[in-house]
Amino acid sequence: MSRAPLPYNPKVLELFRNPKNLGKMEDATVVAVAGNPLCGDMITFYLKITDQDVIEKASFESYGCAANIATSSVVTEMIKGMKIQDAWKIFWKSVAEAVGGLPSVKFHCGILAVGALKRAIRKYYQDKNVAPSWLEKEPTFEEKQALEEEQLADMLAKRMKKEGTQ
Amino acid sequence: MVENVKELLKAHEGITHEVYLDNENSTMVPKEVVDAMLPYYSQQAYGNPTLTHKPGWEAFETIMESAQKISKFLGTKILEEITFTPGETEANNLALMGAAFANKSKGKKIVISEIEPINVLHVTEMLQKFGFTTTKIPVDREGFLNLEKLKETVDKETVLASVSLVNNEIGTIQPIKEALDIVKDTNPETIFHTDASDAYGRIPLNVQDLKVDLATVSSYKILGPRGIGALYIREGVNVDKILEGQIGTQKLWPGVENTPLIVGFTKASELMFQNFEENVAHMRRLRDKLIDGIFGTISDVKLNGPKGEKRVSDNVNISFLRCEGEALTIELSLGGVYVSSGSACSRRLLQPSHVLVAIGRKFDEAHGSILMKVTRYHTDEDINYVLEKIPKAVERIRGITGSTGVE
Repeated sequence: MSRAPLPYNPKVLELFRNPKNLGKMEDATVVAVAGNPLCGDMITFYLKITDQDVIEKASFESYGCAANIATSSVVTEMIKGMKIQDAWKIFWKSVAEAVGGLPSVKFHCGILAVGALKRAIRKYYQDKNVAPSWLEKEPTFEEKQALEEEQLADMLAKRMKKEGTQ
Repeated sequence: MVENVKELLKAHEGITHEVYLDNENSTMVPKEVVDAMLPYYSQQAYGNPTLTHKPGWEAFETIMESAQKISKFLGTKILEEITFTPGETEANNLALMGAAFANKSKGKKIVISEIEPINVLHVTEMLQKFGFTTTKIPVDREGFLNLEKLKETVDKETVLASVSLVNNEIGTIQPIKEALDIVKDTNPETIFHTDASDAYGRIPLNVQDLKVDLATVSSYKILGPRGIGALYIREGVNVDKILEGQIGTQKLWPGVENTPLIVGFTKASELMFQNFEENVAHMRRLRDKLIDGIFGTISDVKLNGPKGEKRVSDNVNISFLRCEGEALTIELSLGGVYVSSGSACSRRLLQPSHVLVAIGRKFDEAHGSILMKVTRYHTDEDINYVLEKIPKAVERIRGITGSTGVE
């Protein structure tokens, strides 16, 4: 239980002030969510995907801190125009690099953003009822982490309820 | 990392007005206080108060006079009952650890409220290693201690009870006299400690009337310098020292006394108690102006802690739903309004403020909380400026949230 100093870098601050691709997308092909409002950290991704499996456009909404907003925004920028198969290969560290680096206590923001992206991709193929050979069956690192964070928050909330404090 | 901070600071250029409301976490020190301290660094009383020369005796005189003044403000005439420590954290550590160790033969149970400050919580956790057990008494939705639960819990084995007079996060003024009577009726031997850091200088406080055994006060919470505080220890109450070293004027805290800080703490106390009624009325008016202004312009907000007389004069704590707290503090900072949040976002633990959780706030309500404390130096103009900035900041952050997390 300590408070870490958070000297956000200029790129994070810039994306916090002027996020790119912000907002709900009405004609999205697929929508995916990661995180949990209970953790104070939640992202929604909207992807518009062409028939050729190319991400035509991406947007996001984020309930979270500056790092959460910046990493979500940067992911939508990175994947615009990308083939889904290439977007799937994005590792959270490249997202952290793209925002100029993150304080260690904020790594999970980058992980959550990529987790949301991978969930969206998985959901897209589930909806289409196809399973490309490159799509790993096991959850990726980021998907596992997102799930773990959500479960932890649920567990804490339940424990609070049990103790009669919530 | 330092380069990053320079850029962050540069982003604040062009701010026309600044209002600092994060007086929970650190404060500015008024010029009068700094001016009172300065001579003690290089002109007088810079000696060690235990040594036999003029600068030493000057320091001794200064420290004793300061202790006398502080003891008077606390409502006791006995200056030996005041022990200076390097702050609230240290005073609370000394109170709990020192009293637990000195009185362990009387029992090993400790009773605290659920909403004690982190340092109290951590000390009691640490004391588990020495065989002490702690029971946390729940509070209601406004932060008031459940007195019935307290009565059920205290027994002959209870060595120590600790309840803050005013909660530092939500401003609840506890019925401390009733709590103390309940404890002492069951077990007159139980030592009763209160962290009075957020009460001192803001509500009338008299340790003799309250009959508490131990009380913590802190300098930085009253616009004094950081690094100094005091523990009131009623005559006859046994407390062990918790640090080893050269003991001087302060029998329970080793090391060379920091005379300039003690002088600053005393000066800050004098300013707090000078025109006490007016200061409190001023803070209370600005507090309510801030609360009413926010409730009048922003939807989906919740006040954390009680309203009116039962809330300490300086505290404003509001949850903004669908608005993450850390993001809001940054947005407000860029507009010259400096506040803190009970959000968990700076921790990997995902747990927001334990105080807000204890009063029944849902996690997402706690994540969107903002804590502000007004001082006698704030003006109507300051509050008007804050009331202009907050709705815009909340609107922008809620715009980023969009429909995310809305059930």
